[in-house]
Amino acid sequence: MIGKWLDIGPVTQIEPGTARTLPVAGGEEIAVFRTMTGDCYALVNKCPHKEGPLSQGIVHGNVVTCPLHNWNISLKTGEALGDDHGCVPTVPLKVDAGRIFLLREAVVPPVRPAVADAATDKAA
Amino acid sequence: MNAPASFDGARGTRERLVVIGNGMAGCRAVEEILARDAGRFAITIFGAEPRVNYNRIMLSPVLAGEKTFDEIVINTQDWYDANGITLISGDPVTHIDRENAMVVSASGRVEPYDRLLIATGSDPFIIPVPGKDLPGVVTFRDLDDVDKMLAAAEQGGDAVVIGGGLLGLEAAHGLSLRGMKVTVVHLMPTLMERQLDEAAGYLLKAELERRGQTILTGADTECLLERDGHVGGVRLKDGREIPANIVVMAVGIRPAVGLAKAAGLEVERGVVVDDHMVTSDPAVMAVGECVQHRGACYGLVAPLWDMCRSLADGLTGTPNGYEGSVTSTKLKVSGIDLFSAGDFSGSDGSEDIVMRDAARGLYKRVVVQDNKVIGAVLYGDTADGNWYFDLLKKGEDISDIREALIFGQAFASGGALADPNAAVAALSDDAEICGCNGVSKGQVVACIDGGAHSLDAVRSTCKASASCGSCTGLVESLLALTLGGAVESGPKTLCKCTSFTHDDVRRLILEKALKSIPETMQELHWTTPEGCASCRPALNYYLLCAWPGEYEDDQKSRFVNERLHANIQKDGTYSVVPRMWGGLTTPNELRAIADAAEKYGARTVKVTGGQRIDLFGIHKEDLPAIWADLNAAGMVSGHAYGKALRTVKTCVGSEWCRFGTQDSTGLGVRIERMTWGSWMPHKFKIAVSGCPRNCAEATIKDFGVVCVDSGYELHIGGNGGIHVRATDLLCKVETEEQALEMCAAFIQLYREDAHYLERTAPWVERKGLEWIKAQLLDNPEAVRKFAARFRLSQKYSQVDPWAERAGGERADLHQHIAEVRPLHVETIA
Ligand code: SRM
Ligand SMILES: Cc1cc2nc3c(=O)[nH]c(=O)nc-3n(C[C@H](O)[C@H](O)[C@H](O)COP(=O)(O)OP(=O)(O)OC[C@H]3O[C@@H](n4cnc5c(N)ncnc54)[C@H](O)[C@@H]3O)c2cc1C
Ligand code: SF4
Ligand code: FES
Repeated sequence: MIGKWLDIGPVTQIEPGTARTLPVAGGEEIAVFRTMTGDCYALVNKCPHKEGPLSQGIVHGNVVTCPLHNWNISLKTGEALGDDHGCVPTVPLKVDAGRIFLLREAVVPPVRPAVADAATDKAA
Repeated sequence: MNAPASFDGARGTRERLVVIGNGMAGCRAVEEILARDAGRFAITIFGAEPRVNYNRIMLSPVLAGEKTFDEIVINTQDWYDANGITLISGDPVTHIDRENAMVVSASGRVEPYDRLLIATGSDPFIIPVPGKDLPGVVTFRDLDDVDKMLAAAEQGGDAVVIGGGLLGLEAAHGLSLRGMKVTVVHLMPTLMERQLDEAAGYLLKAELERRGQTILTGADTECLLERDGHVGGVRLKDGREIPANIVVMAVGIRPAVGLAKAAGLEVERGVVVDDHMVTSDPAVMAVGECVQHRGACYGLVAPLWDMCRSLADGLTGTPNGYEGSVTSTKLKVSGIDLFSAGDFSGSDGSEDIVMRDAARGLYKRVVVQDNKVIGAVLYGDTADGNWYFDLLKKGEDISDIREALIFGQAFASGGALADPNAAVAALSDDAEICGCNGVSKGQVVACIDGGAHSLDAVRSTCKASASCGSCTGLVESLLALTLGGAVESGPKTLCKCTSFTHDDVRRLILEKALKSIPETMQELHWTTPEGCASCRPALNYYLLCAWPGEYEDDQKSRFVNERLHANIQKDGTYSVVPRMWGGLTTPNELRAIADAAEKYGARTVKVTGGQRIDLFGIHKEDLPAIWADLNAAGMVSGHAYGKALRTVKTCVGSEWCRFGTQDSTGLGVRIERMTWGSWMPHKFKIAVSGCPRNCAEATIKDFGVVCVDSGYELHIGGNGGIHVRATDLLCKVETEEQALEMCAAFIQLYREDAHYLERTAPWVERKGLEWIKAQLLDNPEAVRKFAARFRLSQKYSQVDPWAERAGGERADLHQHIAEVRPLHVETIA
């Protein structure tokens, strides 16, 4: 299906063991991680605890430690590890010919029907 | 009756409560009663000891020199006065006259009562051997005993402690720390056999022997020997003789029931009481170690608190009967972690789960029966003690977590990566934190939420960790969790990825010339492939400190603040603090700050507690640009975000102040110019005050200078924070040059020795002021050498990180990959 995957550039733009960000206009910012062993993952850039920017955490293995209060979040599943509970949405990602692709539907927030918007406006 | 005209008159209208025993249970019972109905009783307390009420269990730390008597007083005379309590101390009650409802004291004082409370505690048991009455034979029960031991320790020589239980070992530890050569004589084959199984008893014995004590188990005392009218030694039944200048008998206690028995109350092993602590006479109650409840007598404080609650509830008409207690044990010997609870004797239906780690001296054993924990013994790592104890008391079904049970709470609840705080965070609200005082996690948190923001405040409000103090770490974790800071207290090993301690790692990096994080992890057998968020920053610092100019900083291993050279805020934006040397600024700088604040949309501009200005709400993409603007006005990074030199606060000093003795501002600027940019184990703050009025608060800084007419007093190891610590005086010097040199040397000593995330205050306490003085002051060359090493490392670290980034370095850390627009916008376009 053409246009299903969104090309966000070469893997080399992310240093192994770090993450970079991808703001989505009108949607949630995405953090794209590259682990020390070269695997890439994409997650919504908001810690399930108090929305800390996960992209700024320390990466070890397939885990990132949130910079705000040190929760450990699995890059694979978005689940909080250990005794913490919570989960951040992940975005399907593939690497092809050295470039990173994200699944387009997962990136784009669902467009809300105009009627619903109007209704909210009135209620407000 | 006439209306009461005076306080005494007021007393007359109240019921008279007389308490025999001014100890832990007696006073706690009174506190509980006052808390429920302060006006009901006119209270008189008789105490055999000539002093106010103190925390008996802390006599061990007093003996060991870790506490003073003043620090263990629970209620001062003011408390008695404020509550209208008459304290008659140093005058034991000798007779209870139940018929006439009064007590008589040794001095002949007669006190009538409506209600009588017996809280006489226990008497130490003295084994009936020849020589037991010789001078120099002491027990371990009250302050007088401690004073006797201290007097003996002052003379030095040999000490024999008879009894290798909790009390005996704490006495032996104290005497040994006081410089005596200590032998413990214990009847049973293993130490603390009532609390420990054989394996743990063995580990304990080995550790005590390593510390220089002689431990004789299976040793039966035949008699005490005399020398010059004083005790001179102990002879064992097998004929061995051990010299002794003092003999401590710590073989057990017996409920002090003499008075009660003579008064005709029902007494068995202890004074028999019902669930509301009432004796066979409805007007007489009893609490504490002297009682026997449902057949049990107790020798630890935790049950006493429950008894006191039930007593007070019963008295004030709230039935809440005492149902007996399960107890747990910890040994208060510094550096030995030991915990036991419940039944571990093992029976037919029970099963043991055991874990040993010889290299780390760990032993854990959990006894399970019918899918419930019924006992636990931990040696070497007791972090999970409270968790097991909690499972045990609640009788919780552990079948689901059985596999991981022995590895402790963090693992059993499902993840190997949990940090120690997470374990505390995960405790249930009714999990017990303080066993001595029966305080739950929920109560501690409520007390912190209610405004108790320091350990001391928690201790005085809900009493958690106010008794033996072994749950202090848990309470501190709760303080940090509740108040929202990341706790930075390290476990014994550097982290869970290694069995090496911080000191080991630092030493081995130098010995083996390890020069990178992966190399260090490989050579030192890290158990995780890439380490974790705790060890990576620590290793990065240790390597940086060990190999200045050679080691290449690993940005991936830095906490975000140090990677982005700004402080992350709760909304993910950053704060920017430019350096203001010694707290000085200029109109030009202020103008540039004002412009930058407007240009980059700083939502808050604040003067910090460190004498400079903070701009809040800056986005990470804008950081290089705002830094370029600030650089252009001559300002550099203030490192407000780093484990690094923060600020040098100053006062105006001799230039303007009518009291100033030296140019404190000028010296502060010179110090900051010398020290800025330096990476440290933790943040490092300096201040210079122009005279002892100390307006720059130099005596709560890591390094503080107080100027005096004749020179400069140099102070070290202070900080604000949760535990405020005032500095210690390191030395006094005459010139600015000497002050600068000593400052550089002290910083380098700290940089090379402290553990990562250990500030100077705890470091100075751990190493001791004398050690630090010895390093710097004993050898005339030392200061020069340390200072030279500091200057060398500064050659590589005094590079403004802002300028580098503003110049385009590491743009990837600041810029987004790209910006994605929503699909519907795209399709329209
Ligand atoms: C901004 C400032 C408050 C203010 O508006 O005045 C501040 C802000 C923070 N302090 Fe502080 N401290 C500030 C002066 C102080 C002072 C006063 C001083 O330096 O004279 C103290 C007491 C002195 C001391 O450190 O001993 C102080 C004691 C602490 C502590 C307790 C330190 C301790 O060792 O116990 C922490 C917690 C920690 O570091 O773990 C802390 C932590 C923090 C953190 C880093 C908390 C955090 O992790 O986010 C705050 C960062 C806010 C930010 O993004 O800028 N801050 N903090 C001050 C910055 C000073 C500067 O110019 O660099
Ligand atoms: C060195 C030491 C360390 C300990 N460590 C721990 C520990 O770590 N954990 C733990 O849980 N427990 C510990 N204990 C035990 C704990 O201290 C006791 O369980 C507790 O003090 C008992 O309280 P109580 O009020 O019943 O007795 P006490 O605190 O002994 O109080 C009884 C008081 O009554 C006075 N008295 C007796 N007879 C009379 C009389 N006729 N007239 C007037 N006054 C009288 C006594 O002088 C004494 O002051 C330790 C005890 C000691 C001695
Ligand atoms: S600035 Fe300091 S005192 Fe204020 S909330 Fe933050 S850490 Fe606490
Ligand atoms: S926001 Fe991530 S741990 Fe709190």
